[in-house]
Amino acid sequence: MAEQLPTQTFRVTRADLIRYAGASGDFNTIHWSERIARNVGLPGVIAHGMYTMALAGRAVSVWAGAPDAVVDFSVRFTRPVPVPDTDEGTEVVVNGAVKEVTDDGLTRIDITATCNGEKVLSLAKATIRKR
Amino acid sequence: MPLDPSFVGRSWPATAPYQVGREKIREFATAIGATDAEYHDPEAARAAGYPDVVAPPTFPVVITMAASRQIIADPALGLDYSRVVHGDQRFSYTRPVVAGDTLVCVNSVDDITSRGGHDFITTRTEVSTEGGEPVVTVWSKLVQRGED
Repeated sequence: MAEQLPTQTFRVTRADLIRYAGASGDFNTIHWSERIARNVGLPGVIAHGMYTMALAGRAVSVWAGAPDAVVDFSVRFTRPVPVPDTDEGTEVVVNGAVKEVTDDGLTRIDITATCNGEKVLSLAKATIRKR
Repeated sequence: MPLDPSFVGRSWPATAPYQVGREKIREFATAIGATDAEYHDPEAARAAGYPDVVAPPTFPVVITMAASRQIIADPALGLDYSRVVHGDQRFSYTRPVVAGDTLVCVNSVDDITSRGGHDFITTRTEVSTEGGEPVVTVWSKLVQRGED
Protein backbone atom coordinates (compact mmCIF):
# COMPACT_ATOMS: atom_id res chain seq x y z
CA MET A 1 0.00 0.00 0.00
CA ALA A 2 1.53 3.30 -1.09
CA GLU A 3 2.07 5.94 1.58
CA GLN A 4 -0.42 8.78 1.06
CA LEU A 5 1.03 12.26 1.54
CA PRO A 6 -0.93 15.08 3.21
CA THR A 7 -3.32 16.87 0.85
CA GLN A 8 -2.22 20.37 -0.17
CA THR A 9 -4.91 22.87 -1.19
CA PHE A 10 -4.15 26.10 -3.06
CA ARG A 11 -6.52 29.00 -3.67
CA VAL A 12 -6.16 30.62 -7.10
CA THR A 13 -7.56 34.05 -7.94
CA ARG A 14 -7.32 36.33 -10.98
CA ALA A 15 -4.74 38.41 -9.12
CA ASP A 16 -2.54 35.29 -8.83
CA LEU A 17 -2.70 34.78 -12.60
CA ILE A 18 -1.75 38.40 -13.30
CA ARG A 19 1.18 38.14 -10.89
CA TYR A 20 2.27 34.84 -12.47
CA ALA A 21 2.02 36.32 -15.98
CA GLY A 22 4.38 39.11 -14.96
CA ALA A 23 6.83 36.88 -13.12
CA SER A 24 6.95 34.17 -15.79
CA GLY A 25 6.70 36.33 -18.92
CA ASP A 26 3.71 34.30 -20.17
CA PHE A 27 1.22 36.99 -21.22
CA ASN A 28 -1.05 34.69 -23.26
CA THR A 29 -4.40 36.56 -23.30
CA ILE A 30 -6.51 33.53 -22.27
CA HIS A 31 -5.00 33.90 -18.79
CA TRP A 32 -6.31 37.43 -18.21
CA SER A 33 -8.98 38.40 -20.78
CA GLU A 34 -12.46 36.92 -20.30
CA ARG A 35 -13.45 38.20 -23.75
CA ILE A 36 -10.60 36.50 -25.59
CA ALA A 37 -10.84 33.30 -23.52
CA ARG A 38 -14.54 32.95 -24.43
CA ASN A 39 -13.82 33.79 -28.06
CA VAL A 40 -11.53 30.76 -28.34
CA GLY A 41 -14.14 28.46 -26.77
CA LEU A 42 -12.97 28.38 -23.16
CA PRO A 43 -15.42 28.73 -20.25
CA GLY A 44 -13.57 31.91 -19.25
CA VAL A 45 -10.12 32.92 -18.05
CA ILE A 46 -8.02 29.84 -17.21
CA ALA A 47 -4.87 29.45 -15.15
CA HIS A 48 -1.52 28.98 -16.87
CA GLY A 49 -0.77 25.25 -17.00
CA MET A 50 2.66 26.12 -15.65
CA TYR A 51 1.04 27.89 -12.69
CA THR A 52 -0.83 24.68 -11.81
CA MET A 53 2.42 22.74 -12.21
CA ALA A 54 4.16 25.26 -9.92
CA LEU A 55 1.49 24.65 -7.25
CA ALA A 56 2.08 20.90 -7.56
CA GLY A 57 5.79 21.68 -7.17
CA ARG A 58 5.03 23.53 -3.92
CA ALA A 59 3.20 20.44 -2.66
CA VAL A 60 6.22 18.30 -3.53
CA SER A 61 8.51 20.69 -1.63
CA VAL A 62 6.25 20.43 1.43
CA TRP A 63 6.26 16.64 1.23
CA ALA A 64 10.03 16.56 0.73
CA GLY A 65 10.59 18.97 3.59
CA ALA A 66 13.01 20.90 1.35
CA PRO A 67 12.48 23.36 -1.52
CA ASP A 68 15.46 22.06 -3.53
CA ALA A 69 14.73 18.31 -3.40
CA VAL A 70 13.17 17.86 -6.87
CA VAL A 71 15.39 16.02 -9.35
CA ASP A 72 12.68 15.09 -11.87
CA PHE A 73 9.19 16.53 -12.27
CA SER A 74 6.70 15.87 -15.08
CA VAL A 75 3.00 16.44 -15.74
CA ARG A 76 0.37 16.20 -18.46
CA PHE A 77 -2.19 19.00 -18.63
CA THR A 78 -5.57 17.29 -19.04
CA ARG A 79 -8.13 19.99 -18.31
CA PRO A 80 -8.05 23.75 -17.91
CA VAL A 81 -8.40 25.39 -14.47
CA PRO A 82 -11.11 28.07 -14.88
CA VAL A 83 -10.58 30.99 -12.52
CA PRO A 84 -13.75 33.06 -11.96
CA ASP A 85 -13.50 36.80 -11.32
CA THR A 86 -14.48 36.52 -7.66
CA ASP A 87 -12.69 37.11 -4.37
CA GLU A 88 -12.65 33.35 -3.77
CA GLY A 89 -11.43 32.38 -7.25
CA THR A 90 -11.03 28.60 -7.30
CA GLU A 91 -9.09 25.85 -5.55
CA VAL A 92 -6.52 23.37 -6.79
CA VAL A 93 -6.19 20.27 -4.61
CA VAL A 94 -2.92 18.33 -4.84
CA ASN A 95 -2.48 14.79 -3.53
CA GLY A 96 0.51 12.51 -3.62
CA ALA A 97 1.51 8.97 -2.85
CA VAL A 98 4.98 7.53 -2.42
CA LYS A 99 5.45 5.00 -5.16
CA GLU A 100 8.98 3.86 -4.55
CA VAL A 101 12.07 4.57 -2.47
CA THR A 102 15.18 3.55 -4.36
CA ASP A 103 18.40 2.17 -2.93
CA ASP A 104 20.26 5.33 -3.97
CA GLY A 105 18.05 7.57 -1.81
CA LEU A 106 15.50 8.76 -4.34
CA THR A 107 11.77 8.86 -3.60
CA ARG A 108 9.29 8.60 -6.46
CA ILE A 109 5.92 10.28 -5.90
CA ASP A 110 2.74 10.00 -7.96
CA ILE A 111 0.77 13.25 -7.94
CA THR A 112 -2.86 14.07 -8.65
CA ALA A 113 -4.26 17.58 -8.99
CA THR A 114 -7.96 18.37 -9.19
CA CYS A 115 -10.14 21.45 -9.55
CA ASN A 116 -13.90 21.23 -8.91
CA GLY A 117 -13.39 17.49 -8.47
CA GLU A 118 -11.97 17.02 -11.96
CA LYS A 119 -8.44 15.95 -12.77
CA VAL A 120 -6.39 18.84 -14.18
CA LEU A 121 -3.03 17.01 -14.24
CA SER A 122 -2.43 13.41 -15.17
CA LEU A 123 0.73 11.29 -15.38
CA ALA A 124 2.12 13.73 -12.84
CA LYS A 125 5.16 12.51 -10.94
CA ALA A 126 8.17 13.77 -9.11
CA THR A 127 11.43 12.24 -8.00
CA ILE A 128 12.99 13.80 -4.94
CA ARG A 129 16.30 13.44 -3.18
CA LYS A 130 16.16 14.05 0.53
CA ARG A 131 19.03 15.99 2.03
CA MET B 1 -1.83 22.00 -41.90
CA PRO B 2 0.46 19.38 -40.38
CA LEU B 3 3.75 20.45 -38.86
CA ASP B 4 6.88 20.06 -40.97
CA PRO B 5 8.27 16.62 -39.95
CA SER B 6 11.76 17.57 -41.13
CA PHE B 7 12.14 19.56 -37.86
CA VAL B 8 12.48 16.27 -35.92
CA GLY B 9 16.07 15.70 -34.84
CA ARG B 10 17.14 19.27 -35.57
CA SER B 11 19.07 21.33 -33.01
CA TRP B 12 19.53 25.08 -32.86
CA PRO B 13 22.55 27.18 -31.86
CA ALA B 14 22.78 28.04 -28.14
CA THR B 15 20.67 31.04 -27.10
CA ALA B 16 22.15 34.27 -25.75
CA PRO B 17 23.22 33.91 -22.09
CA TYR B 18 20.50 34.51 -19.47
CA GLN B 19 21.69 35.93 -16.17
CA VAL B 20 19.62 34.49 -13.33
CA GLY B 21 18.94 37.32 -10.89
CA ARG B 22 18.21 37.04 -7.18
CA GLU B 23 15.23 39.40 -7.45
CA LYS B 24 13.79 37.43 -10.41
CA ILE B 25 13.87 34.23 -8.36
CA ARG B 26 12.20 36.04 -5.45
CA GLU B 27 9.57 37.51 -7.79
CA PHE B 28 8.82 34.09 -9.31
CA ALA B 29 8.68 32.38 -5.89
CA THR B 30 6.33 35.09 -4.61
CA ALA B 31 4.11 34.72 -7.69
CA ILE B 32 3.63 31.00 -7.01
CA GLY B 33 3.14 31.64 -3.28
CA ALA B 34 6.33 29.83 -2.26
CA THR B 35 7.72 31.29 0.95
CA ASP B 36 10.58 28.83 1.59
CA ALA B 37 13.59 30.72 2.95
CA GLU B 38 16.00 29.17 0.41
CA TYR B 39 14.08 30.94 -2.42
CA HIS B 40 14.25 34.36 -0.75
CA ASP B 41 17.09 34.60 1.74
CA PRO B 42 20.72 34.21 0.55
CA GLU B 43 21.83 33.28 4.08
CA ALA B 44 19.33 30.40 4.23
CA ALA B 45 20.44 29.27 0.76
CA ARG B 46 24.12 29.37 1.81
CA ALA B 47 23.28 27.33 4.90
CA ALA B 48 21.82 24.73 2.50
CA GLY B 49 25.06 24.70 0.51
CA TYR B 50 24.27 27.11 -2.35
CA PRO B 51 26.09 30.29 -3.36
CA ASP B 52 22.82 32.32 -3.51
CA VAL B 53 19.02 31.88 -3.51
CA VAL B 54 17.69 28.72 -5.18
CA ALA B 55 14.94 28.75 -7.84
CA PRO B 56 11.68 26.74 -7.51
CA PRO B 57 11.47 23.60 -9.69
CA THR B 58 9.41 25.15 -12.51
CA PHE B 59 11.44 28.40 -12.68
CA PRO B 60 13.45 27.33 -15.78
CA VAL B 61 10.31 27.80 -17.89
CA VAL B 62 10.97 31.54 -17.63
CA ILE B 63 14.09 30.93 -19.71
CA THR B 64 13.04 27.97 -21.86
CA MET B 65 9.69 29.38 -22.98
CA ALA B 66 11.44 32.42 -24.45
CA ALA B 67 14.22 30.23 -25.87
CA SER B 68 11.80 27.87 -27.62
CA ARG B 69 10.54 30.72 -29.81
CA GLN B 70 13.59 29.82 -31.92
CA ILE B 71 11.61 26.75 -33.00
CA ILE B 72 7.92 27.50 -32.65
CA ALA B 73 8.03 30.96 -34.23
CA ASP B 74 9.78 29.64 -37.35
CA PRO B 75 7.15 29.97 -40.13
CA ALA B 76 8.60 26.88 -41.83
CA LEU B 77 7.37 24.72 -38.90
CA GLY B 78 3.77 25.73 -39.66
CA LEU B 79 2.56 26.13 -36.06
CA ASP B 80 -0.53 28.31 -35.58
CA TYR B 81 0.02 29.56 -32.03
CA SER B 82 -3.62 30.63 -31.62
CA ARG B 83 -4.57 26.92 -31.68
CA VAL B 84 -1.80 25.72 -29.37
CA VAL B 85 -2.34 24.30 -25.90
CA HIS B 86 0.28 22.97 -23.49
CA GLY B 87 0.29 19.16 -23.45
CA ASP B 88 3.12 17.89 -21.27
CA GLN B 89 6.00 19.38 -19.33
CA ARG B 90 9.04 17.79 -17.71
CA PHE B 91 12.13 19.01 -15.86
CA SER B 92 15.07 16.69 -15.21
CA TYR B 93 17.66 18.28 -12.94
CA THR B 94 21.39 17.88 -12.58
CA ARG B 95 21.25 20.60 -9.92
CA PRO B 96 18.88 23.45 -8.98
CA VAL B 97 19.11 26.82 -10.72
CA VAL B 98 20.78 29.38 -8.44
CA ALA B 99 20.95 33.19 -8.58
CA GLY B 100 24.14 34.21 -10.31
CA ASP B 101 23.97 31.40 -12.88
CA THR B 102 24.50 32.46 -16.48
CA LEU B 103 22.53 29.95 -18.52
CA VAL B 104 22.33 29.07 -22.20
CA CYS B 105 19.71 26.89 -23.90
CA VAL B 106 20.21 24.42 -26.72
CA ASN B 107 16.87 23.51 -28.31
CA SER B 108 16.03 20.35 -30.23
CA VAL B 109 12.85 18.82 -31.61
CA ASP B 110 12.43 15.27 -30.27
CA ASP B 111 9.15 14.38 -31.93
CA ILE B 112 6.34 15.54 -34.20
CA THR B 113 3.17 13.45 -34.55
CA SER B 114 -0.45 13.76 -35.66
CA ARG B 115 -3.41 12.02 -34.06
CA GLY B 116 -7.15 12.57 -34.24
CA GLY B 117 -6.72 15.75 -36.27
CA HIS B 118 -4.35 17.27 -33.72
CA ASP B 119 -0.62 17.87 -34.16
CA PHE B 120 1.94 17.34 -31.40
CA ILE B 121 5.49 18.66 -31.10
CA THR B 122 7.93 17.77 -28.33
CA THR B 123 10.84 20.12 -27.80
CA ARG B 124 13.84 19.42 -25.59
CA THR B 125 15.94 22.21 -24.13
CA GLU B 126 19.32 21.48 -22.58
CA VAL B 127 19.99 24.25 -20.07
CA SER B 128 23.63 24.60 -19.04
CA THR B 129 25.97 27.25 -17.72
CA GLU B 130 28.03 29.29 -20.15
CA GLY B 131 30.94 27.14 -19.05
CA GLY B 132 29.12 23.98 -20.21
CA GLU B 133 28.01 22.59 -16.83
CA PRO B 134 24.64 20.84 -17.33
CA VAL B 135 21.87 22.18 -15.04
CA VAL B 136 18.46 20.98 -16.21
CA THR B 137 16.84 19.35 -19.24
CA VAL B 138 13.36 20.58 -20.08
CA TRP B 139 10.83 18.84 -22.32
CA SER B 140 7.67 20.54 -23.50
CA LYS B 141 4.92 19.01 -25.61
CA LEU B 142 2.63 21.42 -27.43
CA VAL B 143 -0.67 20.44 -29.01
CA GLN B 144 -1.99 22.24 -32.07
CA ARG B 145 -5.72 21.60 -32.00
CA GLY B 146 -7.36 20.64 -35.28
CA GLU B 147 -9.29 23.32 -37.14
CA ASP B 148 -13.07 23.06 -36.67
